[in-house]
Amino acid sequence: QRAVAGSARGRTVPAGDSGLAPWVPVVGLEIHAQISSNSKLFSGSQVQFAAPPNSLVSFFDASLPGTLPVLNRRCVEAAVMTGLALNCSINKKSLFDRKHYFYADLPAGYQITQQRVPIAVNGSLSYSLCIDNKMSQMVTKTVRIKQIQLEQDSGKSLHDDTRSQTLVDLNRAGVGLMEVVMEPDMCCGEEAAAAVRELQLILQTLGSSQAVMAEGQLRVDANVSVHHPGEPYGVRTEVKNINSIRFLAKAIDYEIERQIEELENGGTILNETRAFDSKLGCTVPMRDKEGKQDYRFMPEPNLPPLILYDAKSLPANMNHQQVINIDWIHERLPDLPSVKREKLVEQYGILPEHSFTLLNEDGLAEFFENVVKQTQMKPKKVIGWILQDLLSYLKQHSLTVKESPVSPILLADLLNLLEKEEISSTAAKQVLAELWKGEGKTPLEIVKEQKLQLLEDQKELEQICQAVIDRQENE
Amino acid sequence: QKVSVEVLEHLEHLALVDFRDAEGVERLQKAIQFADQLHEVNTDGVEPMDSVLEDRCLYLREDDVTEGNCTKELLENAKEKVEEYFVAPPGNIPLPKLGERETFLQGS
Repeated sequence: QRAVAGSARGRTVPAGDSGLAPWVPVVGLEIHAQISSNSKLFSGSQVQFAAPPNSLVSFFDASLPGTLPVLNRRCVEAAVMTGLALNCSINKKSLFDRKHYFYADLPAGYQITQQRVPIAVNGSLSYSLCIDNKMSQMVTKTVRIKQIQLEQDSGKSLHDDTRSQTLVDLNRAGVGLMEVVMEPDMCCGEEAAAAVRELQLILQTLGSSQAVMAEGQLRVDANVSVHHPGEPYGVRTEVKNINSIRFLAKAIDYEIERQIEELENGGTILNETRAFDSKLGCTVPMRDKEGKQDYRFMPEPNLPPLILYDAKSLPANMNHQQVINIDWIHERLPDLPSVKREKLVEQYGILPEHSFTLLNEDGLAEFFENVVKQTQMKPKKVIGWILQDLLSYLKQHSLTVKESPVSPILLADLLNLLEKEEISSTAAKQVLAELWKGEGKTPLEIVKEQKLQLLEDQKELEQICQAVIDRQENE
Repeated sequence: QKVSVEVLEHLEHLALVDFRDAEGVERLQKAIQFADQLHEVNTDGVEPMDSVLEDRCLYLREDDVTEGNCTKELLENAKEKVEEYFVAPPGNIPLPKLGERETFLQGS
């Protein structure tokens, strides 16, 4: 019998029949978010997904001699916004460094990053989890943000094993990244997934990154280790190549289990990098990592320190295009997801878990609010139609809210009929099914067509009942 | 002070240089000795300067697309290409160990 791992809600993993001490899994995350900008971090090449190879590459990106980095203002603003949203201290003076290693998709032989003094430090991110898969019991957790740094993305390598060569596309080389480092405050795949999901929502709300994992705009590496309570942290492994939030949870839980099994069998954990194989559902050692890397960090000699200002320190006679004011950015931050949820709960009297679902689907909160505006039905009742009926239809047909054949006004019209008791709720569901076909009919038209109106006329009802009884007698 | 074989191999691996023979290693050792003279300066309580640009203003560029679209020009430099991709070996090719290299054995 092996120890039960990963899915345990608490911080410890109880041991099985072996009678060994419980295990405490420890999970930290390094997240790279591609900055949403028109051009790259240090050059004027365009940032775009899926363009012809090497078409979005300047001489600087290709590391041709005689070229110099020029910092993109928008990327700095994106990093400041993100730092503020994550409750960080923004360093008014931050520095750029070179991190050296050789790889075909890194033409310069080094990456410009911020190793010594990054742009933001010491923040926190709050996220929520359901206990025991019941949406009604949610618990809030916090993970500390160690730092956020600006750095360059590398190009892309396509491995052609048949011809024993690598094809290199530098379109992505030099795109701005924000690396968000989360302290090892998480204990399992579910916590990590929830934290990353919340970060994703925050980034999308700020607009600093579109954070679409499928397009590589959000990449997550997990650092995983286990130890016994009261003992020092165990050796950690780094897990890479995780392409979705679902796989993130799986990869972490697998790695926790693997480490526990290894240690309980008397083995040791190597401080190595492992890749997640989504087909097999397991982590495997990555072959190309040759021992411990020495990146020979050095200050980037071509870039002076990055100085940011606030209302107090604003210089008088400087071109304002050259000045970034942290306070100005702070004042203009949009409502973060947590604030939006609170407002939804307060304004409409819906449950907290409802607000989570509303924000979890792109456009669903707006849809809900539009329906509420146009119907007499109370928001507390409307929410059921949105979260159960509408959302399940969308999921069944793999549609986004924007692609919904039923618009807010159509749904509002339908709910009005129901509210005015012109139809029953069973009939309403029937009408919704018909509306879903998107044939352009209004709810009222469908009701008339299918004769779904609730009858009030006593005589008419008597006639129908009598007809039914008569039919029965004839059989 | 001699530079050990392990350090030499480590440096060659990191920087992809080839110290080639005993003369090359001697030159390296002399270079290190020369730089070590810096230790003679008392820097107690002095904040290190890591850039002569430390008082300069870091120029911020507007987020406009002004470069790129020069695939043909860039690929002119490529020894090998496949459909507008640069071609590289499948992975980093490690240098053979120092002891195995002919050039090194010649000079020692």
